[in-house]
Amino acid sequence: MKATAALREVRVTGWVRVCRLEDIPPLGARVVHRDAGDIAVFRNAEDEVFALIDRCPHKGGPLSQGIVHGHKVACPLHGWNIRLEDGCAVAPDIGCAATFPVRVENGEVFLQI
Amino acid sequence: MVGNGMAGVRTLEELLKIAPDLYEIAVFGAEPHANYNRILLSPVLAGEMTLADIMLNDVDWYVRNNIRLMLGKKVVRIDRRAQRVFAADGTAEGYDRLLLATGSNPFMLPVPGKDLEGVLTYRDIQDTNAMIGASKQYRHAVVIGGGLLGLEAANGLKLRGMNVTVVHLMEWLMERQLDRTAAQLLQQSLEAKGLQFLLQKQTAEILGNVGGRVRGVRFKDGSEIVADLVVMAVGIRPNTELAESAGLYCNRGIVVNDTMQTYDPKIYAVGECISHRGIAYGLVAPLFEMGKVCANHLARFGIGRYAGSVTSTKLKVAGIDLFSAGDFAGGPGTEDIVLNDTVGGVYKKLVLRDNRVVGAVLYGDTGDGSWYFQLMRDRQSVAESRDHLMFGRNHLGNTGHQGQSKAVAMSEEMEVCGCNGVPKGGIVRAIKEKGLFTLEDVRKHTKASSSCGSCTGLVEQILASTVGGAYAPQLAATKPMCGCTDHTHEEVRKAIREHRLTSIPAAMRFLEWRTPNGCASCRPALNFYLLCAWPREYRDDPQSRFINERAHANIQKDGSFSVVPRMFGGVTSAAELRRIADVVDKYKIPTVKVTGGQRIDLLGVKKEDLPKVWKDLDMPSGHAYAKALRTVKTCVGSEWCRFGVQDSTNMGIELEKALWRMYAPHKVKMAVSGCPRNCAESGVKDVGVIGVDSGWEIYVGGNGGIKTEVAQFLCKVKTREEVLEYAGAFLQLYREEARYLDRTVHYIQRVGLDTIKKRIVEDAANRKALYARLRYALEGEPDPWKERAAGEDRREFEALAV
Repeated sequence: MKATAALREVRVTGWVRVCRLEDIPPLGARVVHRDAGDIAVFRNAEDEVFALIDRCPHKGGPLSQGIVHGHKVACPLHGWNIRLEDGCAVAPDIGCAATFPVRVENGEVFLQI
Repeated sequence: MVGNGMAGVRTLEELLKIAPDLYEIAVFGAEPHANYNRILLSPVLAGEMTLADIMLNDVDWYVRNNIRLMLGKKVVRIDRRAQRVFAADGTAEGYDRLLLATGSNPFMLPVPGKDLEGVLTYRDIQDTNAMIGASKQYRHAVVIGGGLLGLEAANGLKLRGMNVTVVHLMEWLMERQLDRTAAQLLQQSLEAKGLQFLLQKQTAEILGNVGGRVRGVRFKDGSEIVADLVVMAVGIRPNTELAESAGLYCNRGIVVNDTMQTYDPKIYAVGECISHRGIAYGLVAPLFEMGKVCANHLARFGIGRYAGSVTSTKLKVAGIDLFSAGDFAGGPGTEDIVLNDTVGGVYKKLVLRDNRVVGAVLYGDTGDGSWYFQLMRDRQSVAESRDHLMFGRNHLGNTGHQGQSKAVAMSEEMEVCGCNGVPKGGIVRAIKEKGLFTLEDVRKHTKASSSCGSCTGLVEQILASTVGGAYAPQLAATKPMCGCTDHTHEEVRKAIREHRLTSIPAAMRFLEWRTPNGCASCRPALNFYLLCAWPREYRDDPQSRFINERAHANIQKDGSFSVVPRMFGGVTSAAELRRIADVVDKYKIPTVKVTGGQRIDLLGVKKEDLPKVWKDLDMPSGHAYAKALRTVKTCVGSEWCRFGVQDSTNMGIELEKALWRMYAPHKVKMAVSGCPRNCAESGVKDVGVIGVDSGWEIYVGGNGGIKTEVAQFLCKVKTREEVLEYAGAFLQLYREEARYLDRTVHYIQRVGLDTIKKRIVEDAANRKALYARLRYALEGEPDPWKERAAGEDRREFEALAV
């Protein structure tokens, strides 16, 4: 019964539970595999959670593997800094990674795909 | 702020960067223009640039930053008690802090006729326009003053079609920047361009016609010369009129302390109007340094002092390359190195004191000017390089630049940065359009020199030739770690040791980091410094490590990883090779390659597979991904080779077994050769060992990469135990003292090989202590692959299932 309810929830709202907050290291990230492109789920030092497409707007580097600092992540390939809130590169670099709605409830992380 | 010139606006820019909301800012400017690059007035006069080209901050910039800009309003009075300033038109404005940046005024010779029509100074846009106007109407120009400004004015007027004579009081031109030889070369080239010179002539009177316009100049010796335009370029005086009228202490400039504060603590001053430690500066680079310090204090950070500047000069006359810095004349206690090629038109003179560059004059080939200047400012010892110092920084050659070492000779399309594909034209455009002044700015905007850094010298040259004197290389000794702090690497390491800071947050708190948790550049550095200071005690922070060191494999461009298992000394076995082959099959690894360090690289491994790959390989981590000991390359040595005199293979294995798992400021590569034929290429390794009949020679600081550096001879030892101890002690010294991301060669360049010899070779007790500290740090350091194959840090490698 429970599984069916969760599945229906996903179908209707697009929200899906991905993990517990503590499954993501502070100042770190985890990856959600998806056919339409992986999603990187970040956690900063204040336990805020952000979700971006796991592709740097520069050369497609996996942002989930970068160093998280403040509200930014540094892409591991060439060091572009990408803002976690809106996925956009910090000036003077130009480009944005798509963002996904994400929320934390009772220590559980939900993602809208 | 009073004064809307380069120094003042630069201070505001620095202030906005660090404390954007602290002040409501209002700016008074006497000129009707927003902020322009005064240094580039000469190219405007010469018709090489337009006014629009030299604007630094347009009116929109002030609007965007909520700065009220009042142009054409000259401030005439400061009421310090009421903290208000008044402009000539009656506009008044209150202040909490007042910044004076009133610049300087050109000095007018007090001779009869100085007020005649057609007698000008050369200082601002208005003067420049007046000169351009005169050049269209009149023929004969006389420029009084053979200094930098006078020559640039003369050149511009000549290019505008005038017949120009430069009158100079002294024996040779630019006597404050050039020695006689260079000045004569300069005069010859300018004469070839059609300029005329009258040296050792003192102006007595400027003659006028009945209409009140200048008609000529008469000198003390009675001779006369025809002139329809006279430009006075005999010097500048700090503009202290306003400050003096307000009762601020002035002495050939508004006197300020090292924080740019005047005698009224609410009033600061920067730029050409000040006198700091008795010196008034007329060049732009020091003004920027002042701006930075002043902004820091205005922002109430209270860090940073201005300690004066060493200045350099470049003449902006097309086709003439001239550079001068520091004590170019020399004197007792100094030595000159001179290169004088009169036919080729190249003259270079370096002045050295105690093996340090203290001055330089370059004529004809100034490509290395900024490098010499950097050597001067860093007070770096050149004892080891003085025999080839004259041939410049690129004497050894950087790879990837087609042997190119002169920025001026490059065409616009030629590539400067081979990593990011940036042509010279792109850099020049960015510098001009975005108003860039520093190497950091250029890196940010163009990416040039931001990857491997081998083109840094070229980019510096382009900067220097594009912005002229406004470019000053950053002083390495006082360069902060990153934008998050004002502290240098050395200060941070010292604080970590002396105040027992044992975690990244503790270090950031204590050192008052400006960002909540640093950035991708300072966190890995701090992590290493803590690891090095508190071995076996500090808890490594994986989130502060670059992905390669966090995942213990090398990330590739497609997000997959490469795996290089360790083979001590480059020796493997059938069993290991069989396991490697099986792993390649089982995990469908697409590429298997032999590395330059005698290892096998498995490329294209999925991150999720890494722990399983390591488990199946059952070999130790090769650390090919880390700032750590990479490989000890060996030749076969005396065991097989008919020339070998020492057992290099086993020496290499011993070294690698003793030193592997050693994290360092950067990667460390080693090699051991069994005879002087040196098949293991020990001459380009961080530590290279070469077996000779009577023992082992140890070389340090070699590098085969970006810039080929030949390792330098450290010492010769007899036994294998000594090789271990000396190599280990050297590497521990490097670990403890080098800046993060400096290779051994950079470290040695900074401290000098002599210092290292003293502490490693001559001081046996120190050597043993260093080696003991390294062994203590490495003892019990685990093999990261083994741990992860056994299940540690699983979430790093697993994706989330939904």
